[in-house]
Amino acid sequence: MTHQVVPVRTYVAVFAALIALTIATVLISGIDLGEYNFIIALTIAVTKGSLVVWFFMHVNQSSSLTRLFVGAGFFWMLILLMFVLSDYLSRGWLPGPRWW
Amino acid sequence: MADTDLSVASHASTALKHHFDDSEQQLESSTLGMWVFLLTEIMFFGGMFGAYTVYRNLYPAAFASTSHYMNVTLGATNTAVLIFSSLTMALAVRSAQLGQKRALLSFLTFTLILGLVFLSIKYVEYHEKWVDHHIPGPGFHYAEPQYFHQAQILFFLYFAMTGLHALHMIVRAGLLITLIAMAARNRFSAGWYTPVEMIGLYWHFVDIVWIFLFPLLYLIGRTMR
Repeated sequence: MTHQVVPVRTYVAVFAALIALTIATVLISGIDLGEYNFIIALTIAVTKGSLVVWFFMHVNQSSSLTRLFVGAGFFWMLILLMFVLSDYLSRGWLPGPRWW
Repeated sequence: MADTDLSVASHASTALKHHFDDSEQQLESSTLGMWVFLLTEIMFFGGMFGAYTVYRNLYPAAFASTSHYMNVTLGATNTAVLIFSSLTMALAVRSAQLGQKRALLSFLTFTLILGLVFLSIKYVEYHEKWVDHHIPGPGFHYAEPQYFHQAQILFFLYFAMTGLHALHMIVRAGLLITLIAMAARNRFSAGWYTPVEMIGLYWHFVDIVWIFLFPLLYLIGRTMR
């Protein structure tokens, strides 16, 4: 609730993790893994985004109400993408992934 | 709050508005309000990400082709610059919490410089696209004529998404200059630093947008064919 002062080493550790994940995603993107290139790249991006939200944006210290709002925002974004894609895919307007 | 004759100590005590029970509740309200604003931003960028998803899947071959013209080195450098700026912004908020004015000022200034470094690198990238005639419109040229129209749509999405992001970078650079001016005038104390914290949230949010833009625009098309 009240924002406690976080030790500098926590921030530096998060920073190091973010840089390491950035290097990893760039290196992996150079290898042809088919559909997994997209899945891995997005998984790393979600991990990085979550680290920023959780530690840098102090959601780990926020009230439940704030957390609910944060979660709702990202959830609604997912609904937006899911519904758009389910429409395009079910009409056959988009070519499906290879493993379909 | 605009009175110039308030001393630092009295300012901290008057920072609590009368309609709040205590400063904790006041900070909680500000945080919630800021997050509501950020949610509208998520929706705003969400529309762009939706359009990008549709067109990338509609024209996979053209997308693979345009991906070869993205400068991964500059994109990765910019990602590192933004992550570093997020660290210095987090440390700026920490300094504000501890009431360390000098550290706050230097971290804010450093964060601002990193933001400007990002914009400069972005300028180099845009210039590259301009020289290569990869700006959609009458001057557009493309090496693979079969993708002439589709590539324009994808380059348009690239410019729309990174351009909207760059616009946010400019806005938050302006906000940071305001913060630096306020900090220099002793407006903040360990008891009241809400603007630092709120603009910090905005700063981190814009970085998150880039964290998603970078793999989507620069990386996932590299090995596609």
